[in-house]
Amino acid sequence: MPTFVYMTRCDGCGECVDICPSDIMHIDKKLRRAYNIEPSMCWECYSCVKACPHQAIDVRGYADFAPLGHSVRVIRDEEKGTIAWRIKFRNGKKDMELLAPITTKPWGSATPDLAKVPAPSKEMRDSQLLFNEPKYIRMDDGGLHTLQSNGLEIKKGVQY
Amino acid sequence: MFTSNPFAALSASIPTVYMQGYIVVMFLLVMGGTILDMLHKKSAQYFFENAKKAKKSAKRSVGGGEKVAIATSVLVKEVLTSGEFDNPRRRLSHLLTMWGTIIFIVTTAIMIFSPSSTSTLLPQLWHIGALMLAVGGYWFWFFIRADVAAEGLSSFRLERADLFILSLLATSTFALIWSFTGGGLTVFFALFILSSTVLFGGVYWSKFAHMFFKPAAAFQKRVIMADGGRENLPPDYDLTDPEVQRKFPDVPTYMGKNPPNMGLCIKAERANHY
Repeated sequence: MPTFVYMTRCDGCGECVDICPSDIMHIDKKLRRAYNIEPSMCWECYSCVKACPHQAIDVRGYADFAPLGHSVRVIRDEEKGTIAWRIKFRNGKKDMELLAPITTKPWGSATPDLAKVPAPSKEMRDSQLLFNEPKYIRMDDGGLHTLQSNGLEIKKGVQY
Repeated sequence: MFTSNPFAALSASIPTVYMQGYIVVMFLLVMGGTILDMLHKKSAQYFFENAKKAKKSAKRSVGGGEKVAIATSVLVKEVLTSGEFDNPRRRLSHLLTMWGTIIFIVTTAIMIFSPSSTSTLLPQLWHIGALMLAVGGYWFWFFIRADVAAEGLSSFRLERADLFILSLLATSTFALIWSFTGGGLTVFFALFILSSTVLFGGVYWSKFAHMFFKPAAAFQKRVIMADGGRENLPPDYDLTDPEVQRKFPDVPTYMGKNPPNMGLCIKAERANHY
């Protein structure tokens, strides 16, 4: 679902240029408005759509994925800490609204102060566990959960 | 220097009626260029077609009184104070350039059409307007432009779209130099007239016409938000509203019934790609 820019809404601020992980949002050299230079390389992450302060970026769904004429629009409100979606079908009959939290604490207030954390011992370095595991993943009730320890096995083929 | 009317001294060399004729021709060029620009870009057609399309997804109709209130807020926020810009630097630069241009052009017209006026306020405003325009314009040109600030391109890379800002900057710069060097028929006067003719005559090729269609686009955007259509965007939820909390129980569960302001996050940083 490659992105496109409503030129009448864009003010060329460059937020989408900054955030695009595929580096395909650029500023048009003549119009000084953002545009997607290579829609086929867009991986539909919605980063630019969410970052745009004017909601000037929209996403055009491929016909095999979503019915033509549908609309999936989003507003990420950083100050409220929520993300709101609205999905509307072509005929307008299906019009869904979704709202979800994206943070429960003010931004930047829960950054770990790694300078105060004691350095890992040699034993910890040689272990297969990552930094602060198992504490951070709350597996302090025992070892790592594996498929084997849970009596599971990988099945061949596409799983539905 | 600031209090002397440079056009009064010029009237000794050029009859006032010629100067007045020049102003009228420039006015007609702006009007003609804007109409041609609208016909070529089909911006008016797009505007009405988009408004028609948006009306279909409207949830309620916006009354006449409400439209007047919307037009007033567009005038106050978008037109007079350039509220569309989120970036405060760009907003300030646009305010300086816009108000500088308006003050400069209006005082020029008044001084030329009332040559007998001995007011010292008008020449002062004329100089202040030109200075505001130059400060806002050069700031924009060298530091704020998206292709310079975000794309890392050279400040001296020129495009046809630059015709507007460059002719605007040239007009104010040569006007100030002409005035500070004593006025009269000099090479700076010729450059001032040349750049202002390019500015007003090049409306079709420049973005001068944006001052006419931008307020219309801002008005339409606000009407779309007021009629509930919101261009298919989700509503602006009030997280403390019990109805919103009932509809989306994740919000009170994880954030509490009265979530705090979470801060600016990504908006705390200015876009600076390079």
